[in-house]
Amino acid sequence: MRRRDFLASAVGALALPGAALAQADPVDPLVRALANGAPLRKGKVALVLPQLADNGNSVPIRITVDSPMTPADHVKSIHLYSERNPVPNMANFYLSPRAGRAEINSRVRLAGSQRVTAVAKLSDGSFWYAAAPIVVTLSACLDES
Amino acid sequence: MAARIQIPREARRGEVIEVCILIQHPMETGYRHDDVGHLIKRNVINVLSCRYNGVEVFRADLSSGISANPYVQFYTVAEASGDLEFTWADDEGQRGSERQAIVVKG
Repeated sequence: MRRRDFLASAVGALALPGAALAQADPVDPLVRALANGAPLRKGKVALVLPQLADNGNSVPIRITVDSPMTPADHVKSIHLYSERNPVPNMANFYLSPRAGRAEINSRVRLAGSQRVTAVAKLSDGSFWYAAAPIVVTLSACLDES
Repeated sequence: MAARIQIPREARRGEVIEVCILIQHPMETGYRHDDVGHLIKRNVINVLSCRYNGVEVFRADLSSGISANPYVQFYTVAEASGDLEFTWADDEGQRGSERQAIVVKG
């Protein structure tokens, strides 16, 4: 194999997982189950993750929801889902108007490259979500480290 | 279980303050094996809550999907001088708590 062909195929192989992630169903069945038939829309939620994590054992994550956080209109809870972790529901955070701002920062474990989904439940009963793909070089959970 | 809380010492009434907590805990996933091949039992902090002068302002269900030594940061409105008290519990039933005082002016 010529060096150029090899490089081309290597680049192709690297690009594949990303493409596969982009084509997958955007909403996890678990997320649908959480909404329980209520309207589930994309938007309002912003999910910030690094595009690439060297180590899946501790990945910084930030979830912000566009909400005034008043007693009439606030975020009740934020739910985090992973596509590939053995426990898909990574965390649930419960907020109240006392929060003042709907933002959570934490660190998660991720078992491999995948899409992470954050869902917010608002006081009016609607659900909003955002998803972000992430490439994880060293998986948590599986490497026995 | 040692923990560190970071909040401002002083705030104006109505100000949105940043609250951080870092708890020392292995968050054992239950998928790892020890040196002789036995599975290590899952032991994660599964619930964490924060009370501001006795009123719950934040609660979280955590799982093995949260990193070891869990770190959580959120916001709350400074309403009155007093304490922010965190309590948490892990799968083995161990409980921990930590509190920090805040002075609210105005």
